[in-house]
Amino acid sequence: MSRSPFAPNAEADESAMLDAVGVSDVEELFDIPEKDRFDGEFDIEARSEPEVKALVSDMLAENDDLTEFMGRGYYDHYVPSVVDRLSMRSEFLTSYTQYQPEVTQGFLQALFEYQSILVELTGLPVANASMYDTASGLAEAALLASRIRQADGTVVLIPDYVRGDRVSVLENYIAGHDIQIERFATDDGTAGLDALEAAIDDETLMVYVESPTTRGTIEEHLEAIGDFAHDHDAMFTVGSDPVAMAILEAPGDLGADVVVGEAVLGMPNAYGMGLGIFATRDDYLRHVPGRLIGIGDDQDGNRAFTLTLQTREQHIRRERATSNICTNQAWVALRMAMHASQLGPDGLTDLATEMVELPRQLAGELDELPGIEAPVHDRHHFREFVARTDEPAESIVDELESAGFAVQAVDEHELQFTVTETNQHAIPDLVAAVEEVVA
Amino acid sequence: MRHYDQATFSEDDSPVYERLLSEKFGTEVAVEDTPLPDELTRDTLELPAPAEPELSRHYVRLSQQNYAVETGPYPLGSCTMKYNPPFTEDVAADPSGMVHPDRSAESVQGNLELLYQLQEYLAEIGGMADVTLQPPAGAAGEFTGNRIAAAYHEAHDEGHRSEVVVPDTAHGTNPASAAMAGYDVVEIPSGEDGRVDLEALEAAVGEDTALFMLTNPNTLGLFERDIEEIAEVVHEAGGLVYYDGANLNALLGRARPGDMGYDIMHYNVHKTFATPHGGGGPGAGPVGVVDELTDFLPNPQVDKQGEDFELVEPEQTIGKVHDFKGNWLVLIKAMAYIARLGDSGLCDTSASAVLNANYLAEQIDLEIPFDPFHHEFVASAGDLDASNMAKRMLDFGVHPPTTKWPEIVSQALMTEPTEAESKQSLDQLADAFNGAFNAGDEELSSAPHRTTARRIDQADAARNPRLSWHALDDE
Repeated sequence: MSRSPFAPNAEADESAMLDAVGVSDVEELFDIPEKDRFDGEFDIEARSEPEVKALVSDMLAENDDLTEFMGRGYYDHYVPSVVDRLSMRSEFLTSYTQYQPEVTQGFLQALFEYQSILVELTGLPVANASMYDTASGLAEAALLASRIRQADGTVVLIPDYVRGDRVSVLENYIAGHDIQIERFATDDGTAGLDALEAAIDDETLMVYVESPTTRGTIEEHLEAIGDFAHDHDAMFTVGSDPVAMAILEAPGDLGADVVVGEAVLGMPNAYGMGLGIFATRDDYLRHVPGRLIGIGDDQDGNRAFTLTLQTREQHIRRERATSNICTNQAWVALRMAMHASQLGPDGLTDLATEMVELPRQLAGELDELPGIEAPVHDRHHFREFVARTDEPAESIVDELESAGFAVQAVDEHELQFTVTETNQHAIPDLVAAVEEVVA
Repeated sequence: MRHYDQATFSEDDSPVYERLLSEKFGTEVAVEDTPLPDELTRDTLELPAPAEPELSRHYVRLSQQNYAVETGPYPLGSCTMKYNPPFTEDVAADPSGMVHPDRSAESVQGNLELLYQLQEYLAEIGGMADVTLQPPAGAAGEFTGNRIAAAYHEAHDEGHRSEVVVPDTAHGTNPASAAMAGYDVVEIPSGEDGRVDLEALEAAVGEDTALFMLTNPNTLGLFERDIEEIAEVVHEAGGLVYYDGANLNALLGRARPGDMGYDIMHYNVHKTFATPHGGGGPGAGPVGVVDELTDFLPNPQVDKQGEDFELVEPEQTIGKVHDFKGNWLVLIKAMAYIARLGDSGLCDTSASAVLNANYLAEQIDLEIPFDPFHHEFVASAGDLDASNMAKRMLDFGVHPPTTKWPEIVSQALMTEPTEAESKQSLDQLADAFNGAFNAGDEELSSAPHRTTARRIDQADAARNPRLSWHALDDE
């Protein structure tokens, strides 16, 4: 049998080990009944390292090289090389959850710093060490709401702009609980206050809105929405992201009880892999899902970091845990903290400002073209906006794809365009391509 | 004997001092002159603002204060902390694969081919009909499996089934995932031999049983020799059987959950397939199912039609379990690892993992109440406190095992060395076990000495939660 290149024992060692154990063949150590045995033939050929590299790069080369103007909850920002270099240090990359804090102070401190950055951005005092994505954060917020206010209603109100995939995840998480989802109408791209007022009542468990929204608009009435929710003893959850929150008023200061979202920073486009943020008020501390890093003195009286409030978690509380989450996105959180610190407050607010200006610029240029109106919504936008087209949106998407651009169709005659610092150089080419297609 | 001194960075007032980013570099700026109206914007923002060289030193120091697989042995039971081959990082960094998740299937044939290949590999390895790659972690896989079971029962007018049965040695995520899916959890005691007690199982299952969750080898490292009878008992009651893939490393190439009667399983690719755990994640928890359940898989699945790969919606899909397509970079690394090892490497992995665990067990002075174990064993610290023993082991330059669990063994040390340790490294690990086991009370209760931080007061940390630098400002 050829050996695994990652199992280091030499043959001589192996026979000494077999002797020590008292068997002549390693097969004797497998206590598996004959009828349950498998012959080991998966028909997977072993390959050398360069062969695997070639195999994967040949596969991935089949992707079309398109310039993407895509967003809707997942964004591409430039991640500086220093973030890759530092986060790839194997002391970070190949460590486990910090069950022994005395030897994992480095990662614990980095996660504590991540939590602190989130506290600053969200305006809420408790941020966990990560969720998988926005959807799982939203779902955990709904479950948290039902734990806290079990007596008070079962309906989660969600505006109709929220991404369908996200609502589908939420539906899975609440399926086994007495919680229902109701959608309410959008008013020119943001939450409709009248529709919300009509929908909300004492059966409302939680109100969720986003700012920026999935359609790229900035919600102008967060405080009023929060007041509606609180007037009905409902929880108020806001979806946002750290770049936007660098200039937008902190949701926690506007009444949000929970903030969820994609971290966006630290992870470039990676086919949807990211990091879900989760922050909340002190009142709900003992109901928070996931890992929390806190501070405790060590035996010498020095400040030290540790996982804390672990009695909320599955490895202790089992079926009564606040969540089943165990493995999270810690390494992405490390990268997010590195990226945010590399930018600093000036760099981050500059980036956020650009994210307001760029969609304005692109929408303005597209609006000049015949056959397209942009933006559809008379709102402030962040990174992205919806445009209305005379021609069917799907066919424009197909034609733009042939011309080398990827954009999203969001309705029969609606396209969505997302622009960040990574694709802004291609604005002129995109506008020219759109002109050709819509004309 | 190996001793160890972990990095500390001293200032006069503190031997472990490393200032927080905020203390060193915290900078508050006014947020003004944005293109938005003032009432929508914040007034100030305070974040660290280190220059890049300072940032680099900060994180390099933090990395030096962190234990990892590439620092030394990391035998956490059921966590499978094996070596993470760096070539997989290069493979995953291929810019061609770095695309937006909403791209059309036609324009990302490469990504879809890779995912399809991984689905096929995993299905073959687990003996399953099809696999979803969407769940972003093992626990998310368990949750997905619970939802698939629920959808299956509902489709057969059996939606009343309200219970998930787990053995008392199940990983904590099993009951937590079942509860999250809305199930009542029924825990059954293990038999005297440390395996599932068939009589207890028969008594526990019935018309309310939706699912029985069981890892194999179990948490004690024992193969559940009655697995086919177990599956039959559950199936006869109308329930499904779930395989927790945490311990799959022991079985690679030697037995497949799908052949033993399991219906649903998850794979922990950050365990079995060597993707790095990154200090807590990201992982990935693909879920495999037998033929009868493929229609219920999450949306979308990757399928192959002729030479083309497409995204298809399973007929009775449970919907989505991740906002996008799961943890793509992790999945690439798992695919590359499997392609590197092939049949022979995968079989050798389980052989080496099992030999390593058995050899280590022979070298330590502690009692191991249950055998024959495979890739992991649970030793007892006897009259000692297992947590104290673990803290003393840190001074020997190794990471200790999982402590005080499972409870079926008194003062448990659940130990899984993996295939990645050499004989020499196992001998060092054994020295650490024996050194701590034979240490005096004072030596144990004052440990660790040689680590970045000394023993941390957990009770105080929980009583007085300080979770951000903002909470420290008041001190």
